[in-house]
Amino acid sequence: MTDNVLTYMTFFPLAGMIVVLMLPSDRHNLIRWVSALFTVPPLALGVWLYGHFNTAIPGLQFVEKIPWIPAYNINYFVGIDGISISMVLLTALLSFLCIFASWGIDKGVKGYFALFLLLDTGMMGVFVALDFFLFYVFWELMLLPMYFLIGVWGGPRREYAAIKFFLYTLFGSVLMLLAILALYFTSEPHTFDMTVLIAQSGKYGTEPLAIWPFNQWGWGFQHVVWMALFIGFAIKIPAFPFHTWLPDAHVEAPTAISVILAGVLLKMGTYGILRVNFPMLPQATADLAYYFLGVLGTWNIIYGALCAMAQKDLKKLVAYSSVSHMGYVMLGMATFTPQGISGAVLQMFNHGTITAMLFLLVGVIYDRAHHRDIEGFGGLAAVMPVYTGVTALAFFASMGLPGLSGFISEVLVLLGAWQKYPILSILGASGVVLTAGYFLWTIQRVYLGPTNEKYKTLPEINGRELFTLIPLGIIVIALGVYPNAMLDLLRASLDQLNQIVIPHLP
Amino acid sequence: MDHPIQTDYLRWIVLLPLVGAAVNGLLGAVLQKRIGKWIISLFACAPVLISFLLSLQAFLDLLALKPDERFLIDRLYPWLSVGSLRVDMAFWVDPLSAVMILVVTGVGGLIHIYSTGYMREDKSYWRYFAFLNLFTCAMLLLVTADNLLLMFVGWEGVGLCSYALIGFWYHDHVNARAGNKAFIVNRVGDFGFVLGVFLVFWSLDRSGHGTLVFREIEKFSALLQGQEIWGVGVVTLVTLFLFVGATGKSAQIPLHVWLPDAMQGPTPVSALIHAATMVTAGVYMVCRLHFLFSAAPATLAVIAAIGVATALFSATIALTQTDIKRVLAYSTVSQLGYMFLAAGVAAYGAAVFHLMTHAFFKACLFLGSGSVIHAMGGEQDMRKMGGLRRSLPYTFWTFAVAVLAIAGTPLTAGFFSKDEILWQAFSSPHGSPLLWVLGVAGAGLTAFYMFRQFFLVFFGECRADHHVKAHLHESPKAMTLPLVLLAIGSIAAGWIGLPEIFGGSRFAEWLEPVFGAHHEVHASGSLEEILMALSVAVAAAGFYLAYLIYYRGRLAPERFSSLAGGLFYRLSYNKYYIDEIYQFFFVNGTLLLARIGAWIDQYIIDFIVDGSAKTTAFISWIHGLFDNHVVDWLVNKIADSTFDAGDKFRKVQTGNINSYLYVILGAVVLAIIVKLRYWS
Repeated sequence: MTDNVLTYMTFFPLAGMIVVLMLPSDRHNLIRWVSALFTVPPLALGVWLYGHFNTAIPGLQFVEKIPWIPAYNINYFVGIDGISISMVLLTALLSFLCIFASWGIDKGVKGYFALFLLLDTGMMGVFVALDFFLFYVFWELMLLPMYFLIGVWGGPRREYAAIKFFLYTLFGSVLMLLAILALYFTSEPHTFDMTVLIAQSGKYGTEPLAIWPFNQWGWGFQHVVWMALFIGFAIKIPAFPFHTWLPDAHVEAPTAISVILAGVLLKMGTYGILRVNFPMLPQATADLAYYFLGVLGTWNIIYGALCAMAQKDLKKLVAYSSVSHMGYVMLGMATFTPQGISGAVLQMFNHGTITAMLFLLVGVIYDRAHHRDIEGFGGLAAVMPVYTGVTALAFFASMGLPGLSGFISEVLVLLGAWQKYPILSILGASGVVLTAGYFLWTIQRVYLGPTNEKYKTLPEINGRELFTLIPLGIIVIALGVYPNAMLDLLRASLDQLNQIVIPHLP
Repeated sequence: MDHPIQTDYLRWIVLLPLVGAAVNGLLGAVLQKRIGKWIISLFACAPVLISFLLSLQAFLDLLALKPDERFLIDRLYPWLSVGSLRVDMAFWVDPLSAVMILVVTGVGGLIHIYSTGYMREDKSYWRYFAFLNLFTCAMLLLVTADNLLLMFVGWEGVGLCSYALIGFWYHDHVNARAGNKAFIVNRVGDFGFVLGVFLVFWSLDRSGHGTLVFREIEKFSALLQGQEIWGVGVVTLVTLFLFVGATGKSAQIPLHVWLPDAMQGPTPVSALIHAATMVTAGVYMVCRLHFLFSAAPATLAVIAAIGVATALFSATIALTQTDIKRVLAYSTVSQLGYMFLAAGVAAYGAAVFHLMTHAFFKACLFLGSGSVIHAMGGEQDMRKMGGLRRSLPYTFWTFAVAVLAIAGTPLTAGFFSKDEILWQAFSSPHGSPLLWVLGVAGAGLTAFYMFRQFFLVFFGECRADHHVKAHLHESPKAMTLPLVLLAIGSIAAGWIGLPEIFGGSRFAEWLEPVFGAHHEVHASGSLEEILMALSVAVAAAGFYLAYLIYYRGRLAPERFSSLAGGLFYRLSYNKYYIDEIYQFFFVNGTLLLARIGAWIDQYIIDFIVDGSAKTTAFISWIHGLFDNHVVDWLVNKIADSTFDAGDKFRKVQTGNINSYLYVILGAVVLAIIVKLRYWS
């Protein structure tokens, strides 16, 4: 089993989907438990993987490679390294927890859990795929269930949100597909194998194209491909100005889907850039990172925080906080320093756990009060003290309170950024003040003050909800106190990745 | 210094209060209900007292070493190591941090005991102590951290606990808002702090010695000399950034606005966090990094200027406040200003000395005011007090001692430490007579407003209503005992730091391994005496004025408040309208930007997104029209004509064998003709 650990992790949920589809659709609890059961092995294997991952090797591990469509040189090729291991772990963990966060779904239960498990396979596949064709298949595989999960099980404006999400993402996918084909036909012999494409990265021309406007900007083939891929990924991150699908999708999606969306899907954008743009197109990365990752990331931090402050819907506020926090990931990646890039990847993981908590917590209150209007609560701390305590932990983690995980990654990103772009570092650090502003203001309006008469009898957070939150809370504290537990996994691969780009820097 | 003594008990000084916080925080609600409040008190007080004993042990261990080897370290594990950045989870104690841990655990322990009396009736007793313990842990982490990043954990940790305890009675929005204000203003300071950390690491890293460990920064600090960024010396910029952090935590202009509002919290919290310990963190940090600050004369000048300005400015506000705790709050801001004045003239020993004496007398004052508020059933307005000396004898006497100390009465602790600061402000190479004059003026104001408070609260007729009067009572022993001990400290703590002319300071000698040899101007002993006498005279004048107005009633306060049409009075009473100005520019400005951002998302970006979607839909609709009306028309037309043709040809298929034969015959004939005609 250990030889094909990644394959098992990827396809267990798919097997689960098939089993769920065969169950009678009125046996809701059976469907839920079976779904939960099929997310356990990936999680268990994830823990095993954590223990057996060799932190000294910068290259790929647990590799499996089988010819798939030999005519086009397409392989089933999976493996992980320090860039993807944290994402694989995060996906396994959140998939498991989100099944329990979906317990309250009671319409179309069978369809929901089947699609959820399919989504699972798609997500895991994206993070382990090393063949570009396979990567693209998983990428699109994930899109479909997501569309239906939002569009069918979502809130009142679910159709608008689902279509917006679908169109945005599809737009990105088209550009990505073109870029993939461009790389395929440039490589010799034609291949989708990422490791080969990386090895041939010298082939992708950098001399300016004779086409307007690229001749004006001095962009070569490599830059154009970089940009096409970047837009595809940036939509997922989501980077300004491609971010407006996110608040809508989050607000309408059911709780567990919001968690997956913010916790895992957003990371695919930054992961893709690290996995593809950085090593395959190093010259373009070196030329464009400052503007499209550094400056844009900083803009994301501040703009997202400001937008979050203006929101009246608690879920929308959390959604915009994601826009802001993903900005740190972009800024960290742009630095090509050990601190910056480690901070970026750690921030991907930390944001995954913290924002998952935030969305789960919003779900808890929405299930009880049936609205999320920040101004419509007040004094919940007296009614739901445990719930308030967990919320405070998540909010302060998101604010980057030292001792919790968010602090470590943000400080690494900003420390790395200072070495390259001190002004961006200063601007990014100012985002920390804004973040404290909107979260504290929210705490005050929702949890503090006189108790709202309407909600005097709200039931306290229940055991199932705590079960989804406590593991995340423990990780948030543990990684704040002992961040090397995660950083050790990333170090070797990220250093190597930096070394690919650094020679191309001006 | 290179081979510090490794110990394994320093960690417990920091961690024991954390254990207390964890037990009370996680299980407190259950324990309190099932067993009772005493178990909460036990879990809260015992760790702090043990930490105090361990701190004493550390102090004795240091004492046993040779002065320049006084240095203990306890390394737990590598905390964060990425690239050249290596930061350990490590605690260290040198003479400076030894003073701090003794103050924090000593004064902190007394305040814990006091709190068991003060908070006895509160139903969230456990939550109070969980945060108080967590605060103690964070504060100890701040002072024992062996590197800047770990210090920052404590630095923000104390801010978190301060936030939680200011808003402890969160049912009232005023308290919650005060907590928010404290945290956010501190965050502005922290923003400066982290930039300082980044800059110092980057500059050292460039020279091949990237580090954040204090003693390594000290070792390599010479490498920073001559480095520049944006045309400014790196050392100057680092120290300025860090000082921004200090102004936040230690409530100096322009970030002083949070501290007076922080008095919304329970009074023991005001004593521990907002007077004795947390707010001194900025002073401690500057002293900890004295080697950087001393290398940046420009920064020192800024610190001295801000310090003395804050000292005077907040003293003028304290003159007119009527809330018993607000007077003390502004007095704290003012006293912190003195500490920064000392640090700004590179007299770090004097700053730490005043920090320590201030911890005693200000904690005593706050706890005394707490005792008064307790007795008055929650009343904080001094206009409704008066004559309390009879009903609260312990509180009265201890308060009296502390007032004498803060006013700088000779032979009290405050006298020695303030005198040291004023003397240094005058005589240090970084000092000037102007700083001395301003400092002495502040001391005069201090004497005035403290005695004003003293007389208003404890003398004259009681102005409370008879209901409150009937319930006046001295506080329980748990509250009076700490008061007595702190009052003793308010006198005795000064005697370890006697001025040069009285035999020299043991305190300065103790700190010498940290701050270097005492470079005092010895020759001018007589000058020191004259200056001391002058400052005492000014303080006495402040006292006398307060005595005339508030004790003898010879002068009406209105004679002063109506000066210049009441302008000065209104400015002072309304704190120079700084809160209003900040609200208008910073808070409303940020909210405006936030609304603009949200507007852009909704009306510009989504307009484009929805617009392009709609345009696509519109084009599809046109295509649809074309399909329906042109293509389909054509298709239908073709179909129709085919059908028509078929209809016509159908007539051919008559089923009549004869006509078929004629057709076949005709076709064959036609074929033969064609073949003959064209194929030959």
